[in-house]
Amino acid sequence: MMTTLVASLRIALRALMVNKMRSALTMLGIIIGVGAVIAMIAVGSGAKKRIADQIASMGSNILIVLSGSATSGGIRWGAGTVPTLTVEDAKAILTEIQGVKYVAPNLTGIAQLVFGNQNWSTIVYGSTPEIVDIRDWFLSSGRNFTQQDIDGATKVCLLGKTVVENLFGGMDPIGQVIRIKKVPFIVIGVLAPKGQSAWGQDQDDLVFVPLTTAQKRLFGMQFPGMVRTITVQAREPDVMKTVEEQIIELLRQRHRIQPGQDNDFSVRNLTEVMSSAEQSAKVMSLLLGAIASISLIVGGIGIMNIMLVSVTERTREIGIRMAVGAKGRDILFQFLIESLVLSLIGGTLGIGIGVAGTLILSTFTQWPTLFSIKAILLAFLFAGSVGVFFGFYPARKASLLNPIEALRYE
Amino acid sequence: MQPLIRVRDLVKIYRLGEVEVHALRGISLSIDKGEFVAIMGASGSGKSTFMNILGFLDRPTSGEYLLEGRSGEHLTRDELAEIRNQKIGFVFQGFNLLARTSGLENIELPLIYGQIPSRKRKEIAQKALTAVGLEGRGHHQPSQLSGGEQQRVAIARALVNQPSILLADEPTGNLDSKTSAEIMAIFQRLNREMNITIIMITHEPDIASFARRKILFRDGKVVDDRNSGL
Repeated sequence: MMTTLVASLRIALRALMVNKMRSALTMLGIIIGVGAVIAMIAVGSGAKKRIADQIASMGSNILIVLSGSATSGGIRWGAGTVPTLTVEDAKAILTEIQGVKYVAPNLTGIAQLVFGNQNWSTIVYGSTPEIVDIRDWFLSSGRNFTQQDIDGATKVCLLGKTVVENLFGGMDPIGQVIRIKKVPFIVIGVLAPKGQSAWGQDQDDLVFVPLTTAQKRLFGMQFPGMVRTITVQAREPDVMKTVEEQIIELLRQRHRIQPGQDNDFSVRNLTEVMSSAEQSAKVMSLLLGAIASISLIVGGIGIMNIMLVSVTERTREIGIRMAVGAKGRDILFQFLIESLVLSLIGGTLGIGIGVAGTLILSTFTQWPTLFSIKAILLAFLFAGSVGVFFGFYPARKASLLNPIEALRYE
Repeated sequence: MQPLIRVRDLVKIYRLGEVEVHALRGISLSIDKGEFVAIMGASGSGKSTFMNILGFLDRPTSGEYLLEGRSGEHLTRDELAEIRNQKIGFVFQGFNLLARTSGLENIELPLIYGQIPSRKRKEIAQKALTAVGLEGRGHHQPSQLSGGEQQRVAIARALVNQPSILLADEPTGNLDSKTSAEIMAIFQRLNREMNITIIMITHEPDIASFARRKILFRDGKVVDDRNSGL
């Protein structure tokens, strides 16, 4: 059987070489189909991975309590919202709710930073030292601020990598003095880079200062003692729902909100938001793959078409083969191998084109892409199945020819 | 000694649209091993239909056909194909070789369907090539061979599985008289030296005279059947 397989492949290749142009054009559908599938899956996988990385890098089990009611969608730490939360609220959450591991109250705003003749406008987070742990930040140099900095409202700051690049160029910023909103601050640390977030935000474009300093010097003068957001880290993923409910209950009590009245804050489960983004990415990836697969089907129809023509053209040849002893299944096999060879060669070329196209795409668009061997093998198998499926009808037709009539065919 | 071929009351009727064509109206004859038979008759006399049935390319409507004492009556399409492969060798007027395929590969074709392994195939095909006098030209494709050479390749292909009968349908129809004579000489040699049974359709009396027995068909019946005493 093995010799027949190799011999059959050779015979099939020879038959396809007879009309190289025709074979090439027939393969085009499969090539494009497989190439498209590979490219779409790579783009989809890249997006999924980026979001998964995002989830991992953001710190786990995070809830954000925001000032203002829930009508603003998404996560907006806007400078325009009136802060309705206090540092005491944050302390209460930590002490009174069991499932809470860390809290970090934040007062945030946008400010202009100046160093020498460089300036840069960015987000300034006033927070407590825990924020670094909660949000999985690491320091690439220098030190975090401490409880003493909070107590003393010292004018120290931690800079993200993008800020460092824009203000200091290649220079080491540690120990240097920059002005935030014209107030002088000493740089005590630099945050390790995190890169772009899943929706394109530069995560390294930020500054941390002690909460008290932010309240006293930068943003809190209008609303003394208030914070805009509280970042809460729960102990485990399982307790997050409970913690969320308990926070809402606790704050309603503290803010003396009557039953029936809206909350003057909102609670967001960060992980949930990211999960739904991940889900969307998965669905999008599947959809793209499905659409690309349609072009593969079209390629298969092309194969069926050409094989039907080929069978008709070779009617005499089929008659001769039957006369010397070819059985129906020999003829079936012969033509099926031909369509299989067409689709597999097309599949291989399509993989090449798909990989090359994806690389070109990612260079020009900066979209994340991810190749998986599994997807490539799957596409190859899919191409083969298309060849067999669409080649079957013409092959069967050939095998059912009447040898006498076939021999008479002009 | 049982005849190689025995045919009794063979009838073939086939439909051509609404018309029923009685191609064979009851043929009865026998052919022994080693005979060289010419079948003659006008178009429509049923000789081609008879050949197709002899070669297991077609089934009779009624009647009996036994080759080596066995009938093909209850055989499937695939089983008939196998009999053709093992027992029958065909030679056609138009040669019917596979284009873009070398002479040697053409000769190998029945061996491929006979599940003979590759090396053995080449060996056997080479021998057959030599037997028809084309040694050394096996790599040429039909387009590079003359009519006579193509027919020799076809004869080699027909013999390669050592069939019981060689069926030739107007084997010299596309050849000039000189080449025709060469082909007929090959047939005679195969018949005399290797005792191969040859049944040949022809409408040319000169060609028919190379055979030892002549059967005349008319309107689906045998009207004459004589040995020439060669």
